[in-house]
Amino acid sequence: MTADTAIAPHGGQTLRRSTRYRTLRRFTRHRLAMFGLVVIVLLVMACAIGPSLVPFDQFQLNMRARFREPFATVHILGTDELGRDLLARLLMAGRISLTIGFAAMVIAVTVGTIVGTIAGFYGGAIGSALMRFVDAVLCFPTIFLLLTLAALVSPSILTITLIIALTAWMEVARVVQGQIRALRERDFAVAAEAMGAPDRWIMFKELLPNAVAPIVVAATLIIARGILLESYVSYLGYGIQPPVASWGNMLEKAQQYLTTAPWLALLPGLMITLAVASFNFLGDGLRDALDPRSDLT
Amino acid sequence: MSSQAQPVLEVDGLVKHFPISSGLFSRSRDKVRAVDGVSFAVAKGEVLGLVGESGSGKTTVGRTVLRLDTPTDGTIRFLGNDITHLKRGQLRPFRRQMQLVFQDPFSSLNPRMRVDRIIGAPLAIHEPGMKAAERASRVEDALAMVGLPRNSGERFPHEFSGGQRQRIGIARALMLRPELLVADEPVSALDVSIQAQVVKLLLDVRAQLGLTILFIAHDLAVVGHVSDRVAVMYLGKLVEIADTRTLFSDPRHPYTEALFSAAPVPDPTIRRKRIVLAGDIPSPINPPSGCAFRTRCRYALPRCAQEVPPLREVGKGHLKACLRDDLDLVPWQSQALTAASA
Amino acid sequence: MTPQPTTASADGPPLLEVRDLTVEFRGQTGKVAAVNGVSFDVRPGETLALVGESGSGKSVTSLAIMRLIQRAGGNRVGGSIRLRRRSGDTVDLLAVSEDEIREIRGTEIAMVFQEPMTSLNPVHTIGAQVAEGIVFHRRVSRKAALAEAVELLDLVGIPEPQRRIRNFPHQLSGGMRQRAMIAVALACKPNLLIADEPTTALDVTIQAQILELLQGLQRQTGMSIVFITHNLGVVAEVADRVLVMYAGRIVEEAGVVPLFGRPLMPYTQGLLRSVPRLDMMSGAHEELEAIPGNVPDPTAMPAGCAFHPRCAHFRPSLCDTAVPGLEPADPEHSVRCARWRDVAAGVPA
Repeated sequence: MTADTAIAPHGGQTLRRSTRYRTLRRFTRHRLAMFGLVVIVLLVMACAIGPSLVPFDQFQLNMRARFREPFATVHILGTDELGRDLLARLLMAGRISLTIGFAAMVIAVTVGTIVGTIAGFYGGAIGSALMRFVDAVLCFPTIFLLLTLAALVSPSILTITLIIALTAWMEVARVVQGQIRALRERDFAVAAEAMGAPDRWIMFKELLPNAVAPIVVAATLIIARGILLESYVSYLGYGIQPPVASWGNMLEKAQQYLTTAPWLALLPGLMITLAVASFNFLGDGLRDALDPRSDLT
Repeated sequence: MSSQAQPVLEVDGLVKHFPISSGLFSRSRDKVRAVDGVSFAVAKGEVLGLVGESGSGKTTVGRTVLRLDTPTDGTIRFLGNDITHLKRGQLRPFRRQMQLVFQDPFSSLNPRMRVDRIIGAPLAIHEPGMKAAERASRVEDALAMVGLPRNSGERFPHEFSGGQRQRIGIARALMLRPELLVADEPVSALDVSIQAQVVKLLLDVRAQLGLTILFIAHDLAVVGHVSDRVAVMYLGKLVEIADTRTLFSDPRHPYTEALFSAAPVPDPTIRRKRIVLAGDIPSPINPPSGCAFRTRCRYALPRCAQEVPPLREVGKGHLKACLRDDLDLVPWQSQALTAASA
Repeated sequence: MTPQPTTASADGPPLLEVRDLTVEFRGQTGKVAAVNGVSFDVRPGETLALVGESGSGKSVTSLAIMRLIQRAGGNRVGGSIRLRRRSGDTVDLLAVSEDEIREIRGTEIAMVFQEPMTSLNPVHTIGAQVAEGIVFHRRVSRKAALAEAVELLDLVGIPEPQRRIRNFPHQLSGGMRQRAMIAVALACKPNLLIADEPTTALDVTIQAQILELLQGLQRQTGMSIVFITHNLGVVAEVADRVLVMYAGRIVEEAGVVPLFGRPLMPYTQGLLRSVPRLDMMSGAHEELEAIPGNVPDPTAMPAGCAFHPRCAHFRPSLCDTAVPGLEPADPEHSVRCARWRDVAAGVPA
């Protein structure tokens, strides 16, 4: 071809940088999301390395130091009815809650993405059947399902995670299905089809990377819900079993001492609120930041 | 234009109806008659232009001959093979020989893929055994062929302007050296000064590679500039087909005449007497009886409402679908001349 | 509508005087001048075409005239746009109060957009939308306004207007919607109609109808039309005078016949040569001459003449240093090119 048509891409680099930069800036300007992110990072770090810094074991009983108030003794956050260090227990419980939240998220996102992609890509009878199934599962009251299942299987971290994932994947499936169905109509998907690309290629190489943003948002919200559900089930006694600590079962035990030792209930409650709210804020912030339309204002 | 060799593409009685779904369980009888009995052939190395307005079915023809849609009726033969009813898997070997260039340079490239992966995709799909280094050099060659810098592959589509994206789309389509290229309005979304670049590029690669092109557009001037032969569509049917020179100097269908007349000419000294067609293009859901154009035709007779005019030969390789042979239609040049002398 | 004299006269004061109009948008990467020192007149009864490609600033100019550019967020609109009002007063549209501009919009200046589907309100009937302007500006009864709406729809060639006033926009075809949009614009008999790519979204045969309609309405009412388009064929058919814009500046201004017959700016010449024409057909593929390169990115404007990287007449250190002024080649023909005399004399590039 003639040389005159060979013109370097104009302003490309700046454009690309600025798209990413704008997304980042929209996110960093979202105060609640930034708050959420900081809290999550602190929480994860504390739960990961905290227990080894605290000079007490979560199971270590001390009948001579029961119901110590926070900030009064070497037990910084006080002790419970068996004299166990509350800080150690809160951090260990946090490990469990966060692990369950993350693990449930990974499972739910994987299952939901696969189901949603297949349903959105094929449409027709397969798509309708899959999505009607998703609708049917969604119609089930989550808590009821959760409690029924928890009553049937012996509670452990693994089973609780699976049960929570089971109640969470449908939303991902719906989001992904909608996205894939819309993307399937775009010309670049038709182009892949015209190239003779196999279905796998079109689904996973062409379409799915364009649906990442809503999946990430859904994933954050699932973590929040997972943490909340775990607390819920544990609080009702079907979840993590004592003496292993979980924010939910700590709360349950603390009920009896609500008037005499209110910090036993307040602290796990605060942790739950903080963790759940932070993930929700993060999800909101990501949604706003990843949505290019929010730039038009 | 009749080539002795076998045509690359033969379309016979192509029909494509889209049902209009009106609910989950009720199956509506209504359908959009997007393409309603279209026959043509494209010879090897030929550029056939397909002109029409919105609702003419020209885009559906393009998608259907590539079997991106399954025809309701008719046959499509590609290089002598009947591909009308092949399944997706059976079509795959043909896919590398027929390619598509899109109208919208923004939605036709995957925004999440780097350009080298976009252009290399046809190779990755059809020649998975190829070494990465060889693929990379083929991608660079393709970029150079469409007039882009060799290192453009490292960038993402949004870093390019509309015209450059259209070049990328063309490079992708040409990667496997296809026999047939369907170009669906390849320049209509581009800036005026860029359109000519892309038209020239298509003509250049056609000459270099001996491509056969089905060139779909609404702009008569662009189509006429690119094509050896031109087919005019109206409401799902071919109304006239002839080689470009004949069609432009001796149009035989009233719709072709009106299209010429409506096309604005960039010359203010020509003040023509425009034939302005009355009314809108009828809905393809419920097309008029007989000749679909009769509702806007200034030559329509009562019998045009009863008989569907067949596409018949009126000159060598010149076919039209109009019942009247007594018309003295004016090609656009004489429209201009008569108006100027008046 | 009372017929008025139709001849576009060069004498007499202009209807609209745009002087040194500058529009800057603040983006993420700094200020972007979408329109840069644009000056022109619109004479009574004439059709002035504003031609340009994407990023030329033609649409921004029209929005600035309607004062529809948000001045918040660091955007800046400078210069003056002086309109001679019906009362005989001359006002600067950039300086008048919100109330006054609202009164001027619709009654004296109206606008027709490219996509009638998005500029008509989908939840109101066509009749209501045409009548709305009449009620708002002229304080007549709703019934009288609706009767007038029927007349207007009839005027713009919508069949069965009595029935159509009860239709919603989506029930009309693209061409009919554009007619309805024109009826809305004409409701208060403006002196100046700004038509921003009014036929770009339409089919050729429908485009011909709309062009015919606009020209007919202009003959009847004597209004001036600012016609914004990228389509040179349309320009040749409708315009009396033409402004060619490139990268936010006017690069050539002339009557339509001299502009097409003897273009002086290399960009205009290139544009005209790059459009395939019906008379180039007849089978032989005559060469199209493409303008090389791309429309410049507004965030990275070339120094000097913005067209110089694509120009065959480019001279280093002349074209890439200072922006050339808009010079009159003759009283009715101006050009912004440092080498226009050479270009006009046919000095080879």
